[in-house]
Amino acid sequence: MIFTQQWIREWIDINIDPPALVSQLTMAGLEVDAFGCVAATFSGVVVARVVKVEPHPDADKLRVCEVFDGTNTLQVVCGASNVRAGLIVPYATIGAELPVKSPEPGAASSFTIKKAKLRGIESHGMLCSAEELGMAETADGLLELSSDAPVGADIRDYLQLEDTFFEMDLTPNRGDCLSIRGLAREIAALNDLAFSESAANPVTPAIPDTFPVTVDAAAQCPRYLGRVIKGVNLSAGTPLWMQEKLRRCGLRSIDPVVDVTNYVLLELGQPMHAFDLQRLSGGIVVRMARAGEQITLLDGEITDIQPDTLLIADGNGPLALAGIMGGLNSGVSADTQDIFLECAWFDPLAIAGRARRYGLHTDSSHRYERGVDSDLQHRAMERATALLLQIVGGLPGPVTNQETDVPAMKTVSLNIHNVGRLLGMDMGEHAIVSILNRLGMSLKAKNNDLLTFSVPSHRFDISIEADLIEELARVHGYDHLPVTKPLVRMNLTARPEAVTSAERLRERLVTLGYQQVITYSFVEPNLLNLIQPDIESVSLQNPISADMAVMRTSLWPGLIQTLKHNVNRQHNRVRLFETGQIFLPAGGHIAQPEMLAGLIYGSRAPADWSQTRTNVDYFDLKGDLEALLSITASLDDFGFEAALHPALHPGQSARVIKSGKPVGWIGALAPRLQRELGLDDKVFMFELELSAVQAARIPKFKPLSRYPEVSRDLALVLDKSVSAQAIRQELSVLAGEFLSSLRIFDVYQGDAIGIEKKSIALGLTWQHPSRTLGDDDINTIIERCVKGLEVKFNAKLRN
Amino acid sequence: MTDTATLLNTALTAIEATSDERTLEQLRVDYLGKKGQLTELLKGLGKLPAEQRPAAGEHINETKRQIQQALDARRDLLVEQALSHQLASETIDVSLPGRRQSTGGLHPVSRTMERIRQLFESVGYSVAEGPEIEDDYHNFEALNIPGHHPARAMHDTFYINPTTVLRTHTSPVQVRVMEQGKPPFRMICPGRVYRCDSDLTHTPMFHQVEGLLIDENVTFADLKGTLADFLQNFFEADLEVRFRPSYFPFTEPSAEVDMSCVMCEGKGCRVCKQTGWLEVLGCGMVHPSVLESSGIDSTRFRGFAFGMGVERLSMLRYGVNDLRLFFENDLRFLRQFQ
Repeated sequence: MIFTQQWIREWIDINIDPPALVSQLTMAGLEVDAFGCVAATFSGVVVARVVKVEPHPDADKLRVCEVFDGTNTLQVVCGASNVRAGLIVPYATIGAELPVKSPEPGAASSFTIKKAKLRGIESHGMLCSAEELGMAETADGLLELSSDAPVGADIRDYLQLEDTFFEMDLTPNRGDCLSIRGLAREIAALNDLAFSESAANPVTPAIPDTFPVTVDAAAQCPRYLGRVIKGVNLSAGTPLWMQEKLRRCGLRSIDPVVDVTNYVLLELGQPMHAFDLQRLSGGIVVRMARAGEQITLLDGEITDIQPDTLLIADGNGPLALAGIMGGLNSGVSADTQDIFLECAWFDPLAIAGRARRYGLHTDSSHRYERGVDSDLQHRAMERATALLLQIVGGLPGPVTNQETDVPAMKTVSLNIHNVGRLLGMDMGEHAIVSILNRLGMSLKAKNNDLLTFSVPSHRFDISIEADLIEELARVHGYDHLPVTKPLVRMNLTARPEAVTSAERLRERLVTLGYQQVITYSFVEPNLLNLIQPDIESVSLQNPISADMAVMRTSLWPGLIQTLKHNVNRQHNRVRLFETGQIFLPAGGHIAQPEMLAGLIYGSRAPADWSQTRTNVDYFDLKGDLEALLSITASLDDFGFEAALHPALHPGQSARVIKSGKPVGWIGALAPRLQRELGLDDKVFMFELELSAVQAARIPKFKPLSRYPEVSRDLALVLDKSVSAQAIRQELSVLAGEFLSSLRIFDVYQGDAIGIEKKSIALGLTWQHPSRTLGDDDINTIIERCVKGLEVKFNAKLRN
Repeated sequence: MTDTATLLNTALTAIEATSDERTLEQLRVDYLGKKGQLTELLKGLGKLPAEQRPAAGEHINETKRQIQQALDARRDLLVEQALSHQLASETIDVSLPGRRQSTGGLHPVSRTMERIRQLFESVGYSVAEGPEIEDDYHNFEALNIPGHHPARAMHDTFYINPTTVLRTHTSPVQVRVMEQGKPPFRMICPGRVYRCDSDLTHTPMFHQVEGLLIDENVTFADLKGTLADFLQNFFEADLEVRFRPSYFPFTEPSAEVDMSCVMCEGKGCRVCKQTGWLEVLGCGMVHPSVLESSGIDSTRFRGFAFGMGVERLSMLRYGVNDLRLFFENDLRFLRQFQ
């Protein structure tokens, strides 16, 4: 909504400079997006009459004109196509300063009109278009002024260009301010000025003609006014004053009838529509749409109408989407002679959301959705009629009115004490009544501390006590309300020790050299499909683009994309992690577990004078993961089992198991994918359920043994396929309860022991809590271990 | 006599000629060891007439002492030389960088959220999180935004299906907490939110921290105090903070919070569009219908709610001038926040 200072002053007597008004409105919750002059700065332009027009001897497109500026008649060369004798136009005299359209920074913002020769013919000044005066973005020819414009007058005075526009960004609750009338009323209230409007002046019907109207959807359309005007003449054109007001408020002039309805929309906030009476058949029917109906809208689009849409129809079908947009075929055109004017009140709920569904947003739907004053239709109808008669003439018929249950006046009650309870500042009854009176609410009843106010028909947003208190705060000024700190009971916050905070895990990864990234939760379907070809995902109905169309089922696509982005920017060593939700369809609902994932790429250590460059491998990543997991729980709770994952190298991938339950994956990106993604080096990545990593063990003390440890080494040869984890698991049982540590200190594969074999060297340490373990004890255990491993894995002691 | 003198001379010359401790030790063994030459001489004393023995013995011992002295002196010298040689050879350029794993870093959004969280946790707010794919009820209806409400146009919503959306704010988490618990409540809800909008100043995903305090005697004045306190502590500056009436369906009264521009200290610049003010928070007193739809007695309990955009605060705090950088994850950008 754009309004201008001059138009507001037609309604209220206010004298306040624009910046002060902007600040006042902003602090009252009516945000001003922009404000400024309605025309560029210029001088020396006067109203002039074109006396004579002759062709230019040497240029087809130029004319040589005689122009009278009120004192002298001068020769001016003009290139505009609409120049003609008798035209009244703005004339930039010699010495006039005209604005430069979008000047380069630092360049002059105006230029001076000088006497010039155009193709050999002298020109004393210039005839101007609206664009040249900074009054319009573009213009098609000279600005044609009214035939009664005073020749010789300064154009700035004549057009009253010393005016300021204010572009408002109104919140949806303030539909009442979507008009000059509403804003004037609001500004009056804020400044404690009188706001009164004259009674609507009914136009006396000159003919008895009416057009039949049937309202079938009374709940959606409680009031429908209609009026026939016959014998209008659209060739009269819209007067400049009206065009100017429309222009300043951001509306283009279309034709006099549409301009009048737009004018009333701006002035009063009432959307109206004019039909060409000759194109209507039977009568108007206001009804809900039927299945399969279509309409060609004013913008030429053929639209399928949805059944919950309120329609204005006639005997032949839909004429308009009620409150949204009219149809092309029933609208007013240049040769229209008789019109039918519509002025209705629709229930906001009958209009809300519909326009958006058709991809439309109109000045009308914008207002009806937010609520049009239900007490406005007669006034608007009379105002529009009067303006039409003045501009296009014609004979008006009487107003017809189909009216059912227009909402009655609301009342809302307020307990005086609740003002203080909500705002932290008490207000007395006098102050309360005074502020609310300014806003058009009057005290209807008083019962001890309970005050009951009437709510004017334009305030749709006021229905409960808190709404009244907000109005009190708003007019009083939020900045004048006190500032305090809450007084609350000091309950401690629970801090479960068995849950490691995500922050601590992130810190740990940072220490391990990983950079946190945050990638979009929607990913490219193809990339996701490469990584998880077998998984069902959740798609967006309205993605922002095709490469952000599905919700991620893994954090890997985002990490890999980030890796690629950075590898393409010459980063050859990358370590990344991310935490976030993934989205897995799970029988009717969507599981959204929080995950933790990371990847490493490139050299093991930063490029450095002291180390030779070696690329990372699986065990670098696993080591980091172990370092991470060891802060949360005993590492022994986690297992790594060789398993196949479509995104991972089949020989270098493991399912991560926690207490028997799979909680994630670790491995090398499958070489095929690595190639497809154009990555030179291997990528190692992991992804774990965050909750599994977060579950921590609360430490439980074990007494320290005072007896010495005993250590033995075992070197075994066994099949390559036997995993270290299996050996450890077996040994931790075989080696008995006093085993205090078990480590693998060498792994060998080679011809010396056979190609299908591997040798693994283990260091075992025992400690007994209450005695020294002797050689006999240990020998027995070792024997049991060797025998057990032989039975289980066909392991042999290595010589 | 001559024997010992020659021996002494030979020994001293040999000692003088040694260049390492091992040769020196060998000399010691050769002369002074159990089977050393001087030891042998001492053993031979017995063969001398008794009256000569003391003098001869004294002589040998004197020789022995001199050799020992020479050995000690030479050892000291050799040790000294070896040490200084070691020091010379082991001298390094101490200014060379150390050998280590690189350090990673937190994403600036995380860093900012962490800071916000810590400030609110310090006064007893707890942290609540919830699903990012939400049902229409929790994202809209329970927050007093029914189906056709014009405010829905303020949220450019991503839809999964007509009743399931990507949450447009983290307020649904508050609803979920209120549904499951009993007042009083004091919580913040950090997390990802989504709006179907992408241009220079909008990304389709961003982060919010929303806060909620519900108790028996909470006022709008408390809200003003809390948020001014937060902004001043977050920016560690004595900022001016102003509250402007605004509209959110789930609060009444509602307010936008502006602070004096941290870039130009309120003088007016490009960032604050020459106004001297930056809009940083939305807030208000929780609407009674929101309390009631979560089963809270709105005549007894009141509260305030507020919401802030994490990226915006991060940009203002660290001077980042392009929102889109946050999700490009360029390491050159991210490493600036290590």
